[in-house]
Order: sequence, then C-alpha cells, then structure tokens
Amino acid sequence: MRKLLTGVATALALAAAPAVAQDYPERPLMLMVSYGAGGATDFQARIATMTAGNEDALGQPIAIVNKPGAGGRVGWNWLATQAEADGYTLGAYNVPHFIAQSIEGGVEYSIDSFEPIANWGADPAVFVVGADSDFNSMADVVAYAKENPGKLTFSGAGLFVGHHIAALQLEQAAGVKLAYIPNNKGGAGAMKAVIAGEVLGGVNNLSDAFRAAAAGNVKILGVFDLERSSFLPDVPTMVEQGYDIDNASVNFRGVMVPKGTPQEVIDKLAATVPAMFESKQVQSKMEAGGSPMKIMGRDEVIEMWKARQATLEKLLAGL
Amino acid sequence: MEFIGYFDEVFQPISFMLLLIGTIGGLILGATPGLSPTMAVALLIPFTFQLEPAQGLILLGAAYTSTVAGGAVSAILLKIPGAPANIATTLDGHTMATQGRGAEALQLSFISSAIGGVFGVMLLIFLTPALSKWALAFGPSHLFWLAILGVTVIGTLDSNSVVKGLLSGCIGMWLATIGFDDIMGAQRFIFHPELSGGINIIPALIGLFAIPQVLTMFAQGRKAADAEVLKVQRHPIGAAIRETFRRSRSLTIGTGIGAFIGLIPGVGGQIAGLVAYDQAKKFSPDRKKFGTGHSEGVIAAESANNAMVGPSLVPLLTLSVPGSPTAAVLLGGLLIHGIFPGSDLFDNHPDVAWTFINSMLIGQILMCIFGLYVAGFAARVAQVPQSVMAAIVLGLAVFGSYSVQNSMGDVYVMAALGVGMYFLERFGFVAAPLVLGLILGPIAEANFIQGAMIADATTGRLPYFFSGMLNLTLIFIVVASVVYSVWMEIRQRKLDRKDKEAHA
Repeated sequence: MRKLLTGVATALALAAAPAVAQDYPERPLMLMVSYGAGGATDFQARIATMTAGNEDALGQPIAIVNKPGAGGRVGWNWLATQAEADGYTLGAYNVPHFIAQSIEGGVEYSIDSFEPIANWGADPAVFVVGADSDFNSMADVVAYAKENPGKLTFSGAGLFVGHHIAALQLEQAAGVKLAYIPNNKGGAGAMKAVIAGEVLGGVNNLSDAFRAAAAGNVKILGVFDLERSSFLPDVPTMVEQGYDIDNASVNFRGVMVPKGTPQEVIDKLAATVPAMFESKQVQSKMEAGGSPMKIMGRDEVIEMWKARQATLEKLLAGL
Repeated sequence: MEFIGYFDEVFQPISFMLLLIGTIGGLILGATPGLSPTMAVALLIPFTFQLEPAQGLILLGAAYTSTVAGGAVSAILLKIPGAPANIATTLDGHTMATQGRGAEALQLSFISSAIGGVFGVMLLIFLTPALSKWALAFGPSHLFWLAILGVTVIGTLDSNSVVKGLLSGCIGMWLATIGFDDIMGAQRFIFHPELSGGINIIPALIGLFAIPQVLTMFAQGRKAADAEVLKVQRHPIGAAIRETFRRSRSLTIGTGIGAFIGLIPGVGGQIAGLVAYDQAKKFSPDRKKFGTGHSEGVIAAESANNAMVGPSLVPLLTLSVPGSPTAAVLLGGLLIHGIFPGSDLFDNHPDVAWTFINSMLIGQILMCIFGLYVAGFAARVAQVPQSVMAAIVLGLAVFGSYSVQNSMGDVYVMAALGVGMYFLERFGFVAAPLVLGLILGPIAEANFIQGAMIADATTGRLPYFFSGMLNLTLIFIVVASVVYSVWMEIRQRKLDRKDKEAHA
C-alpha cells in the first residue's frame, strides 16, 4: 500500500511538473516596480513588458504594480518576504542599488533572495556640469578638487545608489576629496541642482543627462562605463581620461523572481523574456525615450550580480 | 501669441473628444478618494501609447487639470481631500455641505478653480522663459525658509487655539520622520516593516479627515437618523458667479499665491491651497467666519490649487526637470512618444507643445461647465442617511488607501491615524495643522541637510542660510508672519476682555 502511494505520488509529481511549464502562464502576470509611477524604472518596465501578451512571447500580459518608498527598499523587502513565489509575481531590479543596500544592511534581502531572469537596460552614470561652467573635462574638475580639497560640491540621486558608487570610485581613482551632496528628489532633483548652479557639478543618469544636454542646460564631461555610449559618441569614458573606473556604477535594470519560484517557470521565463525585450516595438520605444538597452540572459545576469557584490563590498567597506 | 494658431488642433473632432473624455474622466477620478492627480495621469498613460503625441497629451493635460478640481468634490461632500491640494477646501467647503449648502460650495469651487486655472495657464503661455529662471532661483536654503514660512501658518490655521495648532503641527512633523530618511538612509521609528517607506501622504489624509467623521457618525447611531435629513438648498449658478467676484480679494490672493508657489519645484502643489487659505483669512475683515462655512475659504483654496497647475509645468517644459510628481509622470508620457521637453519641444514640436497647453486652457473651461452642471445633483449626497453615509465613506477610505500602492500597510496606517485623530479632536485638536506638519517636515529637513552639506563644503552655514536677497526676503516674511499672528492674538484677547467687562 505504502509503495503504491509513493508510486502514485511520484507519478503525480512527474505529471504535474511538466504541466506547470506547459500551461504557464495561464493568467496575467504582475511585475513589481519598487519606484513610483513615471520614474525611469517604471517607464522602462512598462515599455519592456508591453509585448508580453503577444502569442510569440508569454501569451499573457504583464501588469506593472508600483511599490515605491525608501529608495526601493520597500518594494524589494516585499518581494523577498511577502510575494508569492508562484511564477506570477515578478520584480524589476536595479543594480547596484539593491545590492548596495543589502551590503549597507537594514533590509531583508540580498542577491540570494532573488532569481534573475533577464536584463533589459543599462544606464551608465555620467558627470555633468552646468552649461556655463568653467570645467570642460574631468581633468579640470580634478584639478579644482586638488586645489580645494573637500570643496567641490556635486549632486547625485542619494546614498547607496549608482551615483554614489560612481562618486566613491571617482574619489578613489583621482585621489581627491569631494563633497557629494545626495538629493532627496532623486536624479531629477540632482539635475536641477546642477542646472540652477546650487552645486558645481553632478553625477546623473546618462539618459536624463542626454536630454538636459540636448536642451542646452548642461555639459557632459565623462561616462562611468567601460565603453562610450551610442547616445554620446563624443563623450570620453573615465578610463580614457586617465581614471581607473569600471562599470560598477552602471544602473542595470531587469526582471527577477523571488527565490522559491519553480525551476520550470524560471527556465520558461529565462527562455522567452530576453526575446521579448528584443522585439522591434520595444527597441524603438526605448530608443525614442532615450533609454539605453542592454539585453542579457539569465546566466549573464547571475555573473553580473556576483561581480557587483564583490566590487561593492570592497568599495563600501571603507565607509 | 503663437498659441492661438494651434487652437484649431484642439477642436479637431478626435482631439476634442479626447479632451471631453479627459475632463469628465478626470473629474470622476479626482473625486474618487485616494486617486491623486499623479495617479490619475499615470493610469491614463498606457492609453496614449496608441495615440498621436499631441492627442495623447491633450488627454493627459485635460485629466491633470480636472483631477485637481475634482478633488474638491470629495473634499466638500465627504470631507476626504482627494490630494494635499484640497486640504484647505475641506475647512469651509465641508462645513457648507453639512449646512445644506453643498451645491453652493461646489459651484464656488468650480468657478474659482476655472478662474485660477486659466490665469495659471496664461502665465505658462506668456511668461515661461522668465518663470523658468524664477523656478531655478530656489535652492536648498530658500526652500528651507519657505518651509519654515509654511510652519508659521500652522499656528494660525486652527482658529481656536494657537498652542493646540502648533502641537498638532509637531505631531505631524514627528510622523513625517518615520521610515528611511530621504538623504542619509537612516532608519527612524520603523515599528513595523510596512512603515519602512514612511507615512504616505494620501492614506494619512484620508485617515485624518474621513475616519474621525465616520466614527462620529457611527457614535451618533440611529437615534439621529430621522432628524438628520438635510434639506439641500438649490443655488442658482448666477448667484455663485456673483458671489465669486464679490469676494475678489480672496480670489486674487488665492490665484496669486497658487501661481507663485506652484512654480517652485518640489513644494508647490501641496501647500498652495493651505497658504492661500491662511493669507485670505489674515487679510479678510470677516476672518472670524473662516471655518464656519464661509465662501471666501473655498474660493481662496480652490483658485490657488488650480492656479498652480500651469506654473508647475514650467520647469518640466523649459528645463526638462519635473518639478512635481505629476510633472514626472507627464515626462514619461512625453518620452514614450520620443519628445524631449526643453527647447526641443518648443523648437521642433511646437504643435505638440502648444496643443498641450491649449488643451489645459480649454480643459479648465470645460471642467467648470461640466462641474457646475453636476454640482446640483452631487450635493444631494448630503441627503444620504448618516448611517449609510458612514459606511460608504469608510468603504471609500479603505479602497482609496489601498489603491495608492496596493498595500494593506497603508490601510492600517490610515485606520490608526484616523482613530488617533478621533480622540485628538475630542481634545480640541484639528487635522489641518497636523497634515501641514506632515508635508512640511520633510521639505524643511531635507533642504536643511542638503543646504548644510553644501554650506560646510563652501561658505559656511551662517552666510549660506542668511545672505542673499531671496533668503533675506523670505526670512522677513517669516518674521512678519509670526509678529502678525502674535499681534492679532494679543488684540483678540484685549477685545475679549473688553467684551467681558462690558457684559459684567
């Protein structure tokens, strides 16, 4: 009898497992965005998932649910501890934000709480100064900072976000002391501080800085990435200007699921979601909105998360 | 005058239909508790994917204008401010509704909204380049002083007791510190993980205003049910228009303050209504009538919050810097069509820019016409028996709090603050100063910290906060505001004493 029961159970389990993958998804999915509606992450998540309902993608639409607060901590806490790991609850990640926050402490997640699916975007940080600033290259900025240690004020979106990481890397690579002013209104507030001349410069998102530069409000002096951006072919990277800074501050955005989601579901999502990001419709909308894309599969993202964890632990240890 | 040439764009059949949908839909969304203008606009963005850029923006522009005005409906009839902008409207508006003058209050609010709104959009049309410089003039030190100026309003907002008003303000400021702080990421007073994002302003508003009222209704129970059937007075629209212009002082103060404060990025919309209400009260000979269902209160508050709509878009349209949460959502709506606000917008897509601005202008007027049309029916809400009304308001309060960020945590916060406020009201405290503290606390704190960090790296704190024309002007207004309040208080006491002596 017992044997029979075990046999039935095994048979059921075997039958059920492929069924999950075959029928999945049978109802609409939800993507949690831990920033407010209208922000860059929300805006891009909406575009990236707009084709989910097509037959060649998931066949079911993805609804965006915003859970903003505390620089993303509220949403990611929710995803790590309260969200159902049934495959219908996805989350958007921002690297390095959530990894840096988990190293800083006080949150209930780390890279082990989530399973990455795919990456859609990479928004590097750039260094901006006001349009009428005397600085014309990073060398000018660093020279000023060397003459006036601790007096070069520059804005960024907050602490333990990509902009802060970039600021720390710049201090280290150039061997200077700077005055990083975190803004409480995110990237937009930090940009306003630069345009209004409240600070001498700022670290900001490439996508926002590109727009501000196009409007003639700021100059972009350098990109905190390994390569130049296709949006800004004339702006040199930090390495080109002699500062040994890698892409640790680049804001990667993508889709993940909470740990415990069935493996079949993860495999299915990992196979279909990157193709979804590659659709023409998504690409053209992203390009029109000035949002740089970088599509990476699950394996690549796992590697990227691990590499960030190691870099950030080293960088933040000094704080 | 360039904008006139693009008016025919607005009156194309499809565009005009979208304008109507945006206006009427916006009024309904705005009247729904918990749906702030920001959320309403965010909800509409997916619908613009399929539209031409100009048409999409017509929808968004019309929705933005009319949700701000629609918020007055729930503020007046249900005492639930739809957004922080409508807080001041509850003070006199809801009192009027309970006196059976709901129709009058709604008419006044729509007319003054339209007048303030048209003025605001006119400023946007004619003075945008000059205004964009003005919007940028406010750095951390100025925003700090501006928040302090708001704090001076707290004491006088409660007509009964300055001390209790200030105490409520302090409670509000303390509530505002809950959660991860915006700048340093420090954790403060997080009793429960649901509070880590801080107290969200919309559930707090709903809780503080609606719940005490619901509890009072339940406490009265059935015994008052038949006695409470209100006669809703009819009110001719012509009389409302005459009344609005008779109160031109409040209308001017409201419109002027709304337009001026709306321009300042990050502060504007939330406090424009309250500051205008307070100033209108200080300058009015009938200041004692404020809070008892006085028409000037509604006129000042509503003209201010719609006057702020146009100027609040100046930083977005000229500098590509969103000055308010709603502007940030509109930015997303523009970007999705590949349009970058800033000089690009006016140089390369003038049709989009001007059609958008024109749609807000026409939207104001349509909103007013439609609003006046429904005001008479809407006011009959006051006839609903109290026990039923309490249940409806409670349901809307839960729904509204949950819908802000799909979180039960917000519902608990709403309920807890509401019950707390019920008991505070027993002791003579009122909700408005508390909410003002909740709004101003973070603005004052964040700008002080930022200003201090910049000052430490550059000139030092004393010169940073106390020099420059704008700083000194703001400090002067702060001092004047405090002195005026104290002087009024003393004069009032003298008068009271004389009264007593005369009676004795």
